[in-house]
Amino acid sequence: MIGAGIVLKSETVPIQTSGDVVLVRQRVRACAVEHRFTIVEQTKIVTAASELARNTLEHGLGGSVDLEVLKDGGRLGIRLRFQDRGPGIANIALALTDGYSSGKGLGLGLGGSKRLVHEFEIESSPSAGATVTVVRWK
Amino acid sequence: MTSLLASLQENRDAILKDWTQQLRTTLQRRDLLNVGELESQAAEMLAAILQVGPATKLEEFGAPAWRPVKDLVASLSASRAALGFTPSETALFVLSLKPAIFTQIRGKWGNDGDRLFSEISAADGFLDKLALHTTDSYIHGRDQLIARQQEDMLELSTPVVTLWDGIVALPLIGTLDSARTQVVMESLLQAIVQTSSRYAIIDITGVPTVDTLVAQHLLKTITAARLMGAECILSGIRPQIAQTIVHLGINLQDIVTKAKLADAFRMALEASGRKVVRAERSAPADSAQRAL
Ligand SMILES: Nc1ncnc2c1ncn2[C@@H]1O[C@H](COP(=O)(O)OP(=O)(O)OP(=O)(O)O)[C@@H](O)[C@H]1O
Ligand SMILES: [Mg+2]
Repeated sequence: MIGAGIVLKSETVPIQTSGDVVLVRQRVRACAVEHRFTIVEQTKIVTAASELARNTLEHGLGGSVDLEVLKDGGRLGIRLRFQDRGPGIANIALALTDGYSSGKGLGLGLGGSKRLVHEFEIESSPSAGATVTVVRWK
Repeated sequence: MTSLLASLQENRDAILKDWTQQLRTTLQRRDLLNVGELESQAAEMLAAILQVGPATKLEEFGAPAWRPVKDLVASLSASRAALGFTPSETALFVLSLKPAIFTQIRGKWGNDGDRLFSEISAADGFLDKLALHTTDSYIHGRDQLIARQQEDMLELSTPVVTLWDGIVALPLIGTLDSARTQVVMESLLQAIVQTSSRYAIIDITGVPTVDTLVAQHLLKTITAARLMGAECILSGIRPQIAQTIVHLGINLQDIVTKAKLADAFRMALEASGRKVVRAERSAPADSAQRAL
């Protein structure tokens, strides 16, 4: 898994309704504020979380996110691991292409959130669903 | 072997009398619910419990036969949440049925220790579960109430305001991906028509996160407004939001944006042929005096 160092804190938030997406944003923001991420860094990780949580809900048919605080030497990071048991992402390169959406979205969420974080990883299989992990360091 | 429920059925009047007596002494919230209402709720509840029939066991709380009782408890709970009762007060309503039922059990099986114990523990367990169910439904009722209040608030907090003849503004506040977004955007379009406005300012200073879904809503609204002959100006894009919009790759190039609502307003005024000039100010009295 991407990210390094030790896990200081960990919590899991379910993603089953659009209200849960709001909750994910609130939890991620609270965590970033607590660990003194700057306002720009907070906004980036929260926005990425919002995109990925909505993908988990809409494309992955619901799932959850593990929210972890990492400490790697002197640096601090937030790792988010979105997991679902949906159909998976068959063509990852296509899904990451700006403007591609299998639904009616802008098709910018996945590629956009990759640009908002420092580390990004997609694991997917048709049987196990999709797992998207991101890390943003302070 | 007569079952507990069958024997309760025979003595329902006595039980109801005991229970309402109990309710009158334990429930203090006369301010929220009068005694008459309380008693009719008790009667309804007891009737529902006895209606399931003697074949159903108290121990099988999950059995489908108990469904109507649970539903009744749930609706009672929800209505009590709306009245301002606390969860424990609502649970107490159910728990206060215990003494009345225990009295019946003692009267019937008082000389059979084993039977007495098993009937009491069955009734006790059943009423505990039912009380817990009131708490669960209470929380559910509360959640729904809060959700509704939030929706109401969002509706209230995003009014379309007419700033000037032909210029409307929509200051958006709060989370935008709720069901209300659509309504809010529609109300802007409606206001444009009603006021025949040529300019609409959408201010997003109060929106904490602008992601692709929010952007999509904004873009759709702006396009629709254009079709209706109004130009939209997007204001209140804070620096951090501007950065994330760029990273997300959202294209706002065709959209007129301003940092502040005031800038957008000035722009709309000027574009509609008005000029904003600073009023000529006479020197304040005290400085004039000092000059003397
Ligand atoms: N968790 C997932 N499970 C299955 N497919 C996914 C998942 N996440 C993304 N995808 C696929 O990748 C595509 C691109 O995702 P992306 O988030 O970029 O766009 P979108 O969700 O369609 O629109 P938006 O711009 O509003 O996010 C989706 O349309 C979907 O087909
Ligand atoms: Mg998406």
